[in-house]
Amino acid sequence: MKSDIKLIDGSGKRLDGRTPDELRKIKIEAGVLHRAEGSCYLEWGNNKVIAAVYGPREAIPRHTQNPLRAIVNARYNMAAFSVDDRKRPGPDRRSREISKVISEALEKVVIMEQFPRASIDVNIEVLDAEAGTRCAGLTAAGVALADAGIPMIDIPVACAAGKIEGQIVLDLGKEEDNFGAADLPVAISPRTGEILLLQMDGHLTLDEFNKALDLAISGCYTVSELQKKALLNKYESIMEVK
Amino acid sequence: MGTERREIVIPSQILGDAAKFKAGRGTFVEGGNIYAERLGIVTRQGGYINVTAVKGRYDPIEGDFVIGIVEEPMASSWLVNINAPYPALLHVNEVPWDVEFGETERYLNHGDSIMAKVLQVDAEKKLQITLKDRNLYKIKGGLIIDVEPSKVPRIIGKKGSMISLVKKYTRCRIFVGQNGRIWIDGDEEGIATVIQTIKKIEEESLTYGLTNQIETLLKKDAKDVH
Repeated sequence: MKSDIKLIDGSGKRLDGRTPDELRKIKIEAGVLHRAEGSCYLEWGNNKVIAAVYGPREAIPRHTQNPLRAIVNARYNMAAFSVDDRKRPGPDRRSREISKVISEALEKVVIMEQFPRASIDVNIEVLDAEAGTRCAGLTAAGVALADAGIPMIDIPVACAAGKIEGQIVLDLGKEEDNFGAADLPVAISPRTGEILLLQMDGHLTLDEFNKALDLAISGCYTVSELQKKALLNKYESIMEVK
Repeated sequence: MGTERREIVIPSQILGDAAKFKAGRGTFVEGGNIYAERLGIVTRQGGYINVTAVKGRYDPIEGDFVIGIVEEPMASSWLVNINAPYPALLHVNEVPWDVEFGETERYLNHGDSIMAKVLQVDAEKKLQITLKDRNLYKIKGGLIIDVEPSKVPRIIGKKGSMISLVKKYTRCRIFVGQNGRIWIDGDEEGIATVIQTIKKIEEESLTYGLTNQIETLLKKDAKDVH
């Protein structure tokens, strides 16, 4: 898409004043809902996402049950008021795809053999959207799963990189996503560095792709520290109650 | 131990070298290291590293005493919700009554509560419970409250020290199910005190010397017991 917006100004700063390898502001809070087994509220720039985990509980309908292990059932949903124009409520092609890729990413970290025939339901609700909601959703889901006390080998984390004005940058904002050349969301397991999710929108050369992937992964490690801090914060504050 | 701080760990945190320690509950081994698999508190005991969950679903173990709520009576068995990920099966052979085929509703119906024992947990996590043990029966009267299943050991205390304390000072009958359900029966005032005390234990389960704290608290309320 052509536009006359300058995404990077003369001094190398982006529209919101960030440098090319700077993340937006992130705030993570664990355990915000009391009905859910585990939950997380996350603000990433102007994205506002809430994730809730239910289960493990018996998988319904029954034919989805696996006699040897649990299934992870993630549901990504955007609120009608989360975007400029009203979004028609209900699942659409986009949210079903995101639900599927997030479910598959989470299945890689949850120790599912401990709960045969069960399902672990993860609800990701996007309250306010500003590019990169799938990364924000997956990051929130990781914290919510840990908060629910579900056995897992790692806390998954996601971050995106992209290309604007011919330059590789970290964590695209709204205008950068709309008018940029490419977007590359990546989710990793930070302990092993294993890639859990990798999607790409737009065009990148091989060199650019490798550069963007490295940048996104380095962003993931930064966000991962915030996730861990959020979890420890919540449970350490509980312990200090006298 | 004594005044030592309890250490909270999060999943994927390294706890030690697999060559030096043994991996206990709530941990896994990968590449020679022991990692935590869930959010919890680390205890290092007898060469084992364990992680005790602070939150999470009840994981049934054979021999646990639980409180169940009947979900569905079937021709020769009942399905009972015991707060686990799966419903538990109670077969007519496992109840103290002589039940005729198809007459299960006459003994236990939807919504009835029972004290039961977990009889069997198989590899597929199919659960069976039984009423054939001492002090197991259908619950009549009283009140059932829910607590976090991971806090149950704390509520019971070492060799039942905490719960017998609560029983002594409130003169209530209390049954603590391993699945986080607690049945209380007694006079209204007693029940209110029990609920208050249990909530306090649940909130402050991580502090040391809680049993003594609770005792002084209960003593204040009930001056007639010595």
